[in-house]
Amino acid sequence: MRKLLAAAFGALSLLMASPTLAQTPPNVAIVGQIAEPKSLDPAAVTAVNDFRILVNVYDGLTRYRDGTLEVEPALAESWEISDDGKTYTFKLRDGVTFHDGSDFNAEAVKFNFDRMLKEDHPFHDTGPFPLAFFFSAVEEVNVIDDMTVEFKLNAPYAPFLSNLAYPTGLIVSPAAVEEYGKDFGRHPSGTGAFKFEEWEANAKVVVSRNEDYWDGAAPLEAIVYRPITDANTRIAEMLAGGLDIMVEVPPDSLQQFRDNADYKVLEQAGPHVWFLILNLKEGPFSDKLVRQAANYAIDKKALTENVLQGTADIAAGPTPPAFAWAYDESLDPYPYDPEKAKELLEEAGYDGEELTFYVTEGGSGMLDPIAMGTAIQADLQKVGMSVKIETYEWNTFLDKVNPGLEGKADMAEMAWMTNDPDTLPYLALRSEAFPDKGGFNSGYYSNPKVDELLNAAREATDQDERAKLYKEMQQIVHDDAPWVFVANWKQNAVTKASVENFKLQPSFFLMLQKVAKPQ
Amino acid sequence: MGLYIAKRLLAAIPVLFGLTIIVFVIMSMIPGDPATAILGSYATPENVEKLNRDLGLDKSMVQQYFIWIGNLFQGDLGRSYSLNKPVLDEVLSRFNATLILAGTALVICSVLGLIAGVVSAVRQFGLADKVITFIVLIGISAPSFWLGLILILLFAVKIKLFPVSGMYAIYGGGGSLDLLHHLFLPAMTLAVVATGVIARLTRTAMLEVLRQDYIRTARAKGLSESKVIYKHAFKAALVSVIPVIGIQAGFVLGGAVYIETVFQWPGIGSMLVTAISTRDLLLVQGGVLVVAAAYVLFNLAADVVQTIIDPRLR
Repeated sequence: MRKLLAAAFGALSLLMASPTLAQTPPNVAIVGQIAEPKSLDPAAVTAVNDFRILVNVYDGLTRYRDGTLEVEPALAESWEISDDGKTYTFKLRDGVTFHDGSDFNAEAVKFNFDRMLKEDHPFHDTGPFPLAFFFSAVEEVNVIDDMTVEFKLNAPYAPFLSNLAYPTGLIVSPAAVEEYGKDFGRHPSGTGAFKFEEWEANAKVVVSRNEDYWDGAAPLEAIVYRPITDANTRIAEMLAGGLDIMVEVPPDSLQQFRDNADYKVLEQAGPHVWFLILNLKEGPFSDKLVRQAANYAIDKKALTENVLQGTADIAAGPTPPAFAWAYDESLDPYPYDPEKAKELLEEAGYDGEELTFYVTEGGSGMLDPIAMGTAIQADLQKVGMSVKIETYEWNTFLDKVNPGLEGKADMAEMAWMTNDPDTLPYLALRSEAFPDKGGFNSGYYSNPKVDELLNAAREATDQDERAKLYKEMQQIVHDDAPWVFVANWKQNAVTKASVENFKLQPSFFLMLQKVAKPQ
Repeated sequence: MGLYIAKRLLAAIPVLFGLTIIVFVIMSMIPGDPATAILGSYATPENVEKLNRDLGLDKSMVQQYFIWIGNLFQGDLGRSYSLNKPVLDEVLSRFNATLILAGTALVICSVLGLIAGVVSAVRQFGLADKVITFIVLIGISAPSFWLGLILILLFAVKIKLFPVSGMYAIYGGGGSLDLLHHLFLPAMTLAVVATGVIARLTRTAMLEVLRQDYIRTARAKGLSESKVIYKHAFKAALVSVIPVIGIQAGFVLGGAVYIETVFQWPGIGSMLVTAISTRDLLLVQGGVLVVAAAYVLFNLAADVVQTIIDPRLR
């Protein structure tokens, strides 16, 4: 018996002394992801979680300049836009090859967009491509010569260049798609700074340095992406030393990393806006004064600082400040002023009618929706508005909100994260974007001047001109208050102190091309 | 015996079929569909309709069910849209991981539970009994996901004895030693509640048996105490404990859902959680089918073992 015990003890201590624990190797970054990727085919995915891998493996024709949401050349060296804004001609970068050895050229670009957009393309069945509508303006793609490609649009569409920088526009290797077909998403090949090595289901995705990268080889030898779905487990793994970089850290845990010299905490506001859709078609919110009253009544400072623990800034209008070039700096958030709110309600003759408020349990970009909904309810009740909350699971919630609030609710929580200042207002604030017309204007806001400005901004190809139009739109929408503007989320990340050159981007893409980790 | 097993297996088939129908009906009743889940904020009716068509989900639920059943008979469980790979591949690899975890937990809870139960019965109201009863009570009451996190913080973060998560080390992993190392915390966590239940039942069963006349007779005949307890009493008590272990196997499989999520164990429980939230019907269907079949087999195995131990049942 004693011998058996001794043997068991020996085996146990051997287990505990196992050398595979905790420390990660030098020049390799281990990234804690929130879920297993769905696919590594950029045209086929929609999740930010997958984008974090893709932007390091692929390049687009354009990309966002470091630290901004302004486009700069990537696989396209330069471009020209026709005067009518409907023809874009790109001069492509010479001498770039895909990771599988095939050449990047105009034919490859054409293949990419035809695969996504043309139902009769031989590889269209490697989809579905849920975000293909980002390029629905593209009528045809023409190869002018080996290194020149032309896009014909059916209408002027200014966000086009920005959409090319979005992951849906990343360029894949046609040869690899032809070889793997439907399984391309598990055998990805691009032109990016890192090339795909292996994907062990539910354990890791490994990419390694592309020594021939056109923009200079990356300092890291490899990146390992680990899916860890439970946030608490992800934090424990970070604390135990099993991760070098983790994103989407719950606010409760940020402080413990801030207090520890072994870690660095980073924050970056992104193109995100959290707001309340108000129902303008019926009920109290059809009156602008009541909508403004709601904007005054809600204590956004308390929401961002207490409920969200500083992980968000107060939103001033429909356009997030991350779009620096298009954002109107002169716009101030509605201040917290319950007295003013009461005055406005009195002026409007609000009779205390009960309001139905749709709240979701969670969902992409929704932050802490239940706690926020409850705080908002309390703020509105303080000025005499009685609010009844109805809470739904995210998918159910979308099924209720997206078809429009008419006959169901007076207000609903919502959040959007976009890549161009055009997207959200164009899809959610125009008269032509009412739900029955396929848009997201679930609160039925309609102002002909705003419609005109948004249409003009889409057709203008000059960035300064567009900026002017967007700024004017923000002023009007701010005053009309079809939404309660609440918060702009700051993305956060924690890295080990040994990780160098790591930056969060306003695009929320996790760019690791310049990151180093010498030890 | 062979006939009995065959009969039981045949009886399981309608149960499993019924289950597939229930899963289909429930999944069609919960709101939201895959296209909405994929598109999120971009889910316009137009986009949803197009994507559903591309995914082959525009057919009626009944049609989809019959297509699924038809494929099932050819050994094809369909393709998971959310993982973009065959359901069967994913389910089998996931189930393998769950079997390792749940199997280990079942061995741990059976061995510890039986030992603890016997000891506390033999030393009824003694110190050992009191200590064991106390620990068992805590074990049964502690929520396992909470316990899992506490064990992680204690034994993986504070004292770096065990890894936090996963099944193998990310670097230099692989091999059975590495597996055991990763298995220890989740298997222990998973085993805790079942250990408590088995210990309590074993204690009761043993106490019952120890009061029987034949035990007194055995003692009167001058048999050594250990012989009386292990040869006579334990074997008799085991008969009533075995079916409980069979039922606990089901609970352990169910408990794996939480534990796998907490420990990022790549098993079928964590797969089902993700599959339900992405409305991946075929993946849910395949996963539930496999888990249910395993449950039926576990129970059958428990009954067979019981028949072997207890001659009266033959």
